[in-house]
Amino acid sequence: MASTAVNEQLDDHIEDHAHEHHDNFITKYIFSTDHKTIAKQYLITGIFWAIIGGGMSLVFRLQLGFPEAQLEWLRPFLGKWITTSGKLDPEFYLALVTMHGTIMVFFVLTAGLSGTFSNYLIPLQIGARDMASGFMNMLSYWFFFVSSVVMFISLFIETGPASGGWVIYPPLSALPQAMSGSGLGMTLWLVSMALFIVSTLLGGINYITTIINLRTKGMSFAKLPLTIWAFFLTAVIGLLSFPVLLGAALLLIFDRSFGTSFYLSDIYIAGEALPNMGGSPILFQHLFWFLGHPEVYIVLLPALGITSEIIATNSRKPIFGYKAMIISMLGITVLSFVVWAHHMFVSGMNPFLGSIFMLLTLIIAVPSAVKVFNYLTTLWKGNIVFTPAMLFSIGLVSFFISGGLTGLFVGNSAIDIQLHDTYFIVAHFHLVMGSAAFFGMLAGIYHWFPKMFGRMMDSKLGYIHFWISFVGIYMVFFPMHYIGIAGFPRRYYSFTNFDAFSTFVDLNSFVSVAAILTFGAQFIFLFNFFYSIFRGKKAPANPWRSNTLEWTTPRNPGHGNWPGEIPSVHRWPYDYSKPGAKEDYIPQHIPLSETPESNLQHETRFVKEEKVSAKT
Amino acid sequence: MIGFSIAVGVFLILAILLLIFRLHTLMSVVKKSDEKVGSGSNKTNAMLFMVFLVLGFILLFWYSIKNFDVYQIPIASEHGVITDRLFWITMGITGVVFIITQILLFYFSYKYQHNPDRSALFFPENNKLEMIWTIVPAIVLTSLVVYGLVVWNKVMAPAPQNSEVVEILGYQFAWKVRYPGKDETLGAYDFRKVDATNEFGLDFSDRATYDDFTPRELHLPKGQPVEFRIRARDVLHSVFAPHFRLKMDAVPGMPTRFWFVPTKTTAEMRIETGNPDFNYEIACTEVCGRGHFSMRLLVVVEEPEAYEKWKSEQEPWLSKNPEYLTQVPDNLKEVAMIKSQIETTTLNRR
Repeated sequence: MASTAVNEQLDDHIEDHAHEHHDNFITKYIFSTDHKTIAKQYLITGIFWAIIGGGMSLVFRLQLGFPEAQLEWLRPFLGKWITTSGKLDPEFYLALVTMHGTIMVFFVLTAGLSGTFSNYLIPLQIGARDMASGFMNMLSYWFFFVSSVVMFISLFIETGPASGGWVIYPPLSALPQAMSGSGLGMTLWLVSMALFIVSTLLGGINYITTIINLRTKGMSFAKLPLTIWAFFLTAVIGLLSFPVLLGAALLLIFDRSFGTSFYLSDIYIAGEALPNMGGSPILFQHLFWFLGHPEVYIVLLPALGITSEIIATNSRKPIFGYKAMIISMLGITVLSFVVWAHHMFVSGMNPFLGSIFMLLTLIIAVPSAVKVFNYLTTLWKGNIVFTPAMLFSIGLVSFFISGGLTGLFVGNSAIDIQLHDTYFIVAHFHLVMGSAAFFGMLAGIYHWFPKMFGRMMDSKLGYIHFWISFVGIYMVFFPMHYIGIAGFPRRYYSFTNFDAFSTFVDLNSFVSVAAILTFGAQFIFLFNFFYSIFRGKKAPANPWRSNTLEWTTPRNPGHGNWPGEIPSVHRWPYDYSKPGAKEDYIPQHIPLSETPESNLQHETRFVKEEKVSAKT
Repeated sequence: MIGFSIAVGVFLILAILLLIFRLHTLMSVVKKSDEKVGSGSNKTNAMLFMVFLVLGFILLFWYSIKNFDVYQIPIASEHGVITDRLFWITMGITGVVFIITQILLFYFSYKYQHNPDRSALFFPENNKLEMIWTIVPAIVLTSLVVYGLVVWNKVMAPAPQNSEVVEILGYQFAWKVRYPGKDETLGAYDFRKVDATNEFGLDFSDRATYDDFTPRELHLPKGQPVEFRIRARDVLHSVFAPHFRLKMDAVPGMPTRFWFVPTKTTAEMRIETGNPDFNYEIACTEVCGRGHFSMRLLVVVEEPEAYEKWKSEQEPWLSKNPEYLTQVPDNLKEVAMIKSQIETTTLNRR
């Protein structure tokens, strides 16, 4: 097997050089090619962005919940974006909304989630020394870093960051006359995103190559943990869809800077008619959502993969329907590419297209439903240990149900006429993709922290963090359904101009208070995280008594992950509470021949094969 | 000074919290409570899930019932009745699924909390179950799709021949409306002809423009089909009339349309809502810049007779702006003056 050959070579390499490696600070922590360090870099950068992105949401929630409030005290932070009357500038409000979306979707939930856990877990769980190309992996992070720097700089420029919504629909985003954020801020946004796409592609190619080629002996695709399946499919989706966003962005750059008319036509703005003719703003929407919709699954699939692993481990039960879970994820992967125009039912595109996309959109609900039922059945008759990771995973399933079901409303074009671009949509996607993916990320951090840093996080603080976040997130997003059904449009600076939107003042204040509370609770996590890195209790080798390969490495795995030979794999990763077994878990590297008491009928036949291959 | 004392207060609180945390950590090391699986906190968490479930549902039902009239705004169009029916049918179906799955999720979490004397059931797969929960959702979803398609096709069907046509133009940051006038045809326009006065970019080489009028409010007849011809001249906007359950983007360079039948006059809605100041409104729902939240257009729905009377009282745009006669080609000047009811005397006066 090719993969084994590569691993053997790497083994030799490591044995030869094990004592010659003298990493200095820079090669060890900054320009590192070790997937574990790169994962931590992604994680820390993601946490940084989450604080910024979350903080922004508090500022605009203050405006929405307390439109009369004096925000003079924010002047030290926001400067001239607080008007002379002590109010938030309406254009900066839009900038905040835009940057909140961009940061959360791309920098936190794509890079921070997928970047962290794909990098960290792929080599450890498939039994590889490192990624296929450590150098490309390092480049991937540093492209992301530069992209982050550019985006961060754009927050401080005089005309403000991009502010046409995270979807940056032209002509608004193409014309600096239309709003000040469409000037330099938009340019920086596009540059940053182009770099980000490069980073994602470098990472994605690496993830896919590694999973296909570097699996350890015995680790067939049918024995891969669901996390790895999720990361694999996520990388495939990213590889196919992100280039389309690059194309869309490139055409937008041409329209902005080189006078082309891909998206512009018939425009009279700021007292003059523009020369652009023949372009179509709808074209941009098609291109954008061709990435934009798969992006939802890029964010969600890793979270679902992580959850599958954590729920199985802590229910002390095999994940129910391993194959069905993989098939559902494959189904979601394929379907995610053919539903994009459900974001455009009332964009003016042909209504016939709307009916096709409605059909395809509602089909994608079937694999999602299968996943939910499988999670529920995994919990059924389990023996559930509520680690903080488990709590967050259960929370994720709850959000996934609540937000997923409202997808059946907005995916139905006739209902979407009323709900499109209202708070109902805000509630829907914040629950199903925002909060669910965020909980997946937190669950992953709590679960793999002992492996990452060799220490335990405090579980009591984890419980407090979970309960405030879980209740808080429902208090923030559940009320938005009512506000949305009443027709309140999103991205509104204030609702005072309309009689139709004069209700729900109290509810909006309630949501804002809940948001502040929920955001505050994240500092409990931050404290726990950073404190435990240095002062946490030392972690045992396998704290959750889990089956996957990463727990066979030393407490602080070095470069190359396993000091000796890489363990080979003999069974699937979900042998929990197997009847007859001594313990309630049997790790993947334990040969079937060592567990005759618990082998199932079809497994006894593999025992002989195992013995034969062991001799050769 | 206040700032300083707040800072000291926050610092003290944080210090106390840190102390409690350290104490608790040391205690747990002494008691070795962390090393046990399924300790006291496991029970607490399981209980809390049940508490959350019960309180959550109570709150959900209480608020949904109490505030039904606040979030369910009255419907004032024919198609609104059927799209809302679809909405509430979907709500019924998803509501049942929501309640069942959330109960199962939290109940299972509670019921099957860790117990050292018990071991979990090894239950890796069951194809029959998988088939059931693939096929049942598929059937339910198919019926929702079919129903949705029927409704969607009805709403999006071409407007009836006798529809009242109104043009709505979106720009930063307001709406303008234009009626076709007596000839019942909207005149041509060209964005290059737009200026501060001629906001629609009316093209005066088309004789249909001469009697077009552009009132400040949008008037609509009750019980008659109305077709909105929607366009934008700078960036994307979106026409949203919540009571009519109507939404359609306004796209520069690509006119869009939406037709519907208003079913209640403004006066009738004032009685229904008990609000004597009620007015229909159109808002913008596609972010368009600084003033996005202030693009309000007032809509008045009247009985057909009142509507016709109102229409006949409107002056054509050209007669209000007779200086644009210079843009009319010479051979059409006379037609323009007749259609727009400009009298020679008014011209001479100018």
